[in-house]
Amino acid sequence: MIPESFGYSAPSSLIDAYALLEQHGDDAKILAGGHSLIPMMKLRFASPTHLIDINKIPNLSYIKEEDGYLKIGAMTREVDLEESEVIRHKYPIFTDASKLIADPQVRNFGTIGGNIAHGDAANDHPAVMLALGAEVVISSAAGDRTVGIDDFFFGFYTTAVQHGEILTEIRIPSLGPRTGSAYHKLERKVGDYATAGVAVVIGLNEDGSCSKVGIGLTNVNPTPIRAARSEQILLGTTMSESDVAQAAQYAAEDCSPSDDLRGSVEFKKDMIRVITKRMINKAIQRTKL
Amino acid sequence: MHDITIKINGTEHKATVESRLLLVHLIREQLAMTGTHIGCDTTSCGACTVLIDGKSAKSCTILAVQADGKEITTVEGIATAEGLHPIQEGFKENHALQCGFCTPGMMLRAIELLEKNNNPSEDEIRWGISGNLCRCTGYNNIVKAIQYAGAKLRGEETPSTEPEFV
Repeated sequence: MIPESFGYSAPSSLIDAYALLEQHGDDAKILAGGHSLIPMMKLRFASPTHLIDINKIPNLSYIKEEDGYLKIGAMTREVDLEESEVIRHKYPIFTDASKLIADPQVRNFGTIGGNIAHGDAANDHPAVMLALGAEVVISSAAGDRTVGIDDFFFGFYTTAVQHGEILTEIRIPSLGPRTGSAYHKLERKVGDYATAGVAVVIGLNEDGSCSKVGIGLTNVNPTPIRAARSEQILLGTTMSESDVAQAAQYAAEDCSPSDDLRGSVEFKKDMIRVITKRMINKAIQRTKL
Repeated sequence: MHDITIKINGTEHKATVESRLLLVHLIREQLAMTGTHIGCDTTSCGACTVLIDGKSAKSCTILAVQADGKEITTVEGIATAEGLHPIQEGFKENHALQCGFCTPGMMLRAIELLEKNNNPSEDEIRWGISGNLCRCTGYNNIVKAIQYAGAKLRGEETPSTEPEFV
């Protein structure tokens, strides 16, 4: 399958990329890893008139701890997240997620920035970012602005990134001591989108009660969704078996999956309940590592 | 149209390409190297896998113009004057192919896998080739072929090659 004709530029700086966005208007698209965009163009679901390939722009791929944040450059490949020692030790939720994203060849090219900027509730990083309380740095000729992840996803394939802007960095508030995180998705086969997926971050006070909680859900809502009631009921508690069961129940009740080839609404909601419970328990276990 | 220069299997090629030309079409149609296959054409099956600067990539999902200035390895480039690449020998010795359609992509993927870890566990091999589909072998002999190549690359005695028919 061959995409419709389009123009192509590969600028070597962000400044040049902003100018190209300005020049080519609304139908220009940024090409990052391209492993969502190019398949969509081949199937003619998307027909941008111009691609601005940002792979040649330096300094957009990094994983660093700085100023109380874990900062990840937008062009950091999934494989780099998967293989990073810092992430494996301190943010295992990424290692859980990276391993389940598409397949090894796709992870060699797919980027974290693209995964989020694509604005697809079926992608895995959005739920992980909700659980981690991430901030997204959006850059343009006018400078940088930072948007909290809860204000980032507008709707199907639409996000806070406006025309003329490029998502350049993800900032995750550093996880303190006694925190644990976990992600899992149910998938029919490798490379499939999630039937249902759950990301959980838990922090404990010294007495073992819950000081921090973030729960994000994958592919069970038109936009990536935070399980807010589940978080509220856990905060401050000792997270007893019944607290966890209630939180899992709320997550199932509050999501709105659609009925499709991956399963019925009832099945997906029940999977959310089961995975939420398991991931809360896994995150609690990891607080002790 | 874009003028690009790509090194494939050590030889530099110049081409003039449309933006929308996929890398796999450049390799197969313009450069007439048909060892790289097109299977699903939707980034699922891995038959079109090549190495781009050493990284395994599905060439049906990369534009030819994106490969400008890169070094590409296809199945035509893995054997040397001394003989087969260890992964090719592994596939041959272990009956790891039947129709052979997935084999070039499977081998290129295995080369990167073994480059990163030449002594992978069975589980790591199976995860490592999870982006390559084989509809004939049931994978068991492919796993053995990769273990065989790993042993060869480590300079160890290669495992016995009693193929498993499934």
